[in-house]
Amino acid sequence: MNFPILSTIIFLPLLGALFIFISNKKNESSSAIYISIFTSMANLLLTFFLWYSFDNNFAGFQFIEEKNWISGLIKFKLGIDGISILFIILTAFITPICIISCIISVKKRLNEFLISILILETFMIGVFCSLDLIIFYLFFEAGLIPMFLIIGIWGGPRKIYSAYKFFLFTLLGSVLMLAAIIFIYWVVGTTDYTEIYKLKIAKEYQYLLWLAFFSSFAVKTPMWPVHTWLPDAHVEAPTAGSVILAAILLKMAGYGFLRFSLGMFPIASEFFTPLVFTLSIIAIIYTSLVALMQDDMKKLIAYSSVAHMGFVTLGIFTFNKQGIEGSIFQMISHGIISAALFLCVGVLYDRTGSRMIKSFGGVVNYLPNFSLIFIIFVLGALGLPGTTGFIGEFLVLLGAFKINYLVAILASTGVVLCAAYMLWMAKRVVFGNANNAIVTKLKDINFLEATILIVLCLASIIFGFYPEPLLNTMDISVNEIIQNHQNELTVNLINK
Amino acid sequence: MENINYIIPEITLFLGICLALMVGVFFRNSFSVVIKLSILILLGVIYLILNDWGGEQKIFLDSFKNDKFSDYFKILILISSIFIFFSSDQFVKDKMLNKFEYPIIIMFSILGMFFMLSANDLILFYLGLELQSLALYVLASIDRDNTISSEAGIKYFVLSALSSGLLLYGCSLLYGFTGSTNFDEIGVSLITQNTGAIFAMVFILVGLAFKVSAVPFHMWTPDVYQGAPTSITNFFAVVPKAVGLAVIIRFMDLPFKNIIEEWQTIIIFISIASMILGSVAAIGQKNIKRLLAYSSISHMGYALAGVATGTVSGYTSTIIYITIYIIMNMGTFACLYLMKTDGKYSEKIEDLSGLSKDRPMFAFSFLILFFSLAGIPPLGGFFAKFFVFMSVIESEMYALAIIGLLTTVISAFYYLKVIKIIYFDDSKVKFDDVRNLSIKATIFLSCLFLSLYFISPSIIGSLLNELFI
Repeated sequence: MNFPILSTIIFLPLLGALFIFISNKKNESSSAIYISIFTSMANLLLTFFLWYSFDNNFAGFQFIEEKNWISGLIKFKLGIDGISILFIILTAFITPICIISCIISVKKRLNEFLISILILETFMIGVFCSLDLIIFYLFFEAGLIPMFLIIGIWGGPRKIYSAYKFFLFTLLGSVLMLAAIIFIYWVVGTTDYTEIYKLKIAKEYQYLLWLAFFSSFAVKTPMWPVHTWLPDAHVEAPTAGSVILAAILLKMAGYGFLRFSLGMFPIASEFFTPLVFTLSIIAIIYTSLVALMQDDMKKLIAYSSVAHMGFVTLGIFTFNKQGIEGSIFQMISHGIISAALFLCVGVLYDRTGSRMIKSFGGVVNYLPNFSLIFIIFVLGALGLPGTTGFIGEFLVLLGAFKINYLVAILASTGVVLCAAYMLWMAKRVVFGNANNAIVTKLKDINFLEATILIVLCLASIIFGFYPEPLLNTMDISVNEIIQNHQNELTVNLINK
Repeated sequence: MENINYIIPEITLFLGICLALMVGVFFRNSFSVVIKLSILILLGVIYLILNDWGGEQKIFLDSFKNDKFSDYFKILILISSIFIFFSSDQFVKDKMLNKFEYPIIIMFSILGMFFMLSANDLILFYLGLELQSLALYVLASIDRDNTISSEAGIKYFVLSALSSGLLLYGCSLLYGFTGSTNFDEIGVSLITQNTGAIFAMVFILVGLAFKVSAVPFHMWTPDVYQGAPTSITNFFAVVPKAVGLAVIIRFMDLPFKNIIEEWQTIIIFISIASMILGSVAAIGQKNIKRLLAYSSISHMGYALAGVATGTVSGYTSTIIYITIYIIMNMGTFACLYLMKTDGKYSEKIEDLSGLSKDRPMFAFSFLILFFSLAGIPPLGGFFAKFFVFMSVIESEMYALAIIGLLTTVISAFYYLKVIKIIYFDDSKVKFDDVRNLSIKATIFLSCLFLSLYFISPSIIGSLLNELFI
């Protein structure tokens, strides 16, 4: 098929943003709402079509598009495999939900918000499609601009501090990656991922390059101790911003580890595994303990994100099938569940103007439908069987037990702690008596809110009971990564 | 007579200046006529240069060289000057600078720059340099009733004269130690480790570093930027810098090509110092012209990083950098012409606060320009930096690359500060609604170029093919 479907999926939202920009009128946003919903839904349908025509039994990259870009130096190359397609679907799935949520809750400058989200969608899908390191970097960094504006314009009281912190932390991590990418170009002679994958990078360079990539991905994941921007950004960002941040932006780093760190630097990845395990375990246990102490619901969920991403990095660096598939699944599941939790907090925030746990209580008496959905997602976050959360964590722990008992046991304590802070929060917010007179006057969720939450809920439960479609899609690509890793290590051993 | 054919653009420019001068002298209130005439002359010169594009001739005893390199820079400065004339029209009238000398002096400095760019001989080079410097002294203090502007002019005059003196001393030393004033011959006879010639090289480099305001010869920049009228600052920020860099490349590529180890260390130091000082000192600035001054210092640092490699790809990346830098600055300064409240021009950064609410398009142009200046992809500024770092890492100068990349993070901070003021703060001052097509067209073209540059990033590079043979 010659139709450039990947480029279409990437640039369709940008086109939508352009249309909104042109038709922009002051204090008039109905056309912007229609355009944004239409483009994001069309993109979702296109990604479903992409998934439908995707060949699950082919190990390499599919739908490859190639175009001369910087003449003689770099080609604009796109392609997907079984791992990236899942993230594209996740992105295309979450974006319409964000758009609907901000139509509900954003009061000022809605048009600009929709433009930012659509542009962000372009960059995010671009990250998952790109097969050239420079293109990857381009999309990876470009996402900073709209997100900076989203936090800064529509954020809470400390929005400026948070926006700066988000921007500068991420930029600082990424510039080292840029240096590494250019270095790879001069050492290997290309920045085309598939070529590098074949040509291999010499062992002596791998360690430093791995660290440079790590500096970028670790900030973005975020791993302890560079996670501090995340709680700030989450708390201050508007609901839709938090959703995108948690559901997709964090996943770019996990994807980056899988695709680039493992694919290009297998020896260094093996070498630095203890470092990653240590940081992941610290992230899981420490941030869970921190989460226990939070008064602000958004902050609590933000810390739980750090802990969940700890599982993801742990799973990736187990280098076995269970671990890697588990961490991919965990990323998808976290994308759905944390997005839903932020939306739930957003629902309460829109009604009361507060996110503090202590100002609620007894919500179940006044918002029964909301409470039901909220509890489902709380249970999903702590990994209750029957939700996607369970499968991800279970597979990661399975993979971890295979290689290191100590790491696995320590990580398992994270599951218990997660249950503790999530259930405690749920108890204080949903059950008990109303601490606040405002709670008694609240209205239950309306149709739009119910729709987006139920869609997320269904996704979580369906894939929780029947994970096969996702696992089948990623299976061959994950095998390929592991196979490559084993081969490289064997070759290295023989050379010694 | 054959030789004359190759300097027809220069002759035309000179005759045009004389014509404009006559018109100015003999007609009253002739500013608008003179400026239109000047634009026509500059367009004519562009046509003449394009007519003769790409050839390489050395004339007048090899002292004047007409090649693609000089042609490219000549076109670049002509186009930017035309845009400056267009976009600053309103500003010049409001500030009562609309005397007919204004475009004529600018054209004289351009004529000087033409000779600097084409010089293949120390004497001709110095003559061109003095012609442009004299014109620039006058330009810096053209708002003569304003004390700040006069102070800026004096400051620029004293320091620039000093640096020209150093440069001239360097030229004389170079002549003394090599026995020639011709670039090619100097290049040939500098093969041996000639200590005296290295002294000469240092003096010349100091003079040139002053012209591009690289640290530690940057002291004049913030004061002159702030003191001079904005339209003149616009000219100072763009045209002499491009020429200065071009001349540095010329010197390093021709007379000094055999003592590369010696000058490389100096340029690396200058480059790193400019990047660091430019990004750190800009953080505390409250005046937007001072901020742009420090920003231009750090940009010169990045541009010099390309020169520091001493390779063709490095020189090319510097030329790409300076081209994109010019486009970004044209847009940014055009934005300054719109910062007007109650008929008075404002220079305070805090006056921009809340701009995005009253004037979304204006704020959006600032957004594109400043993110581009900060070098965030996918805007044009990123590719400028990208090509420079590409060639720096190719030459295995990793420390320079890492320091450069880290300072982009520092400099991102102050660009973000302006964006923050525009987008996140509440509105304080309301700007007048300036309806001026030429300013808006300049901003629009510059933003369009910067935001669409990612479609084909090699477009400038392909123009520069075979620039250095």
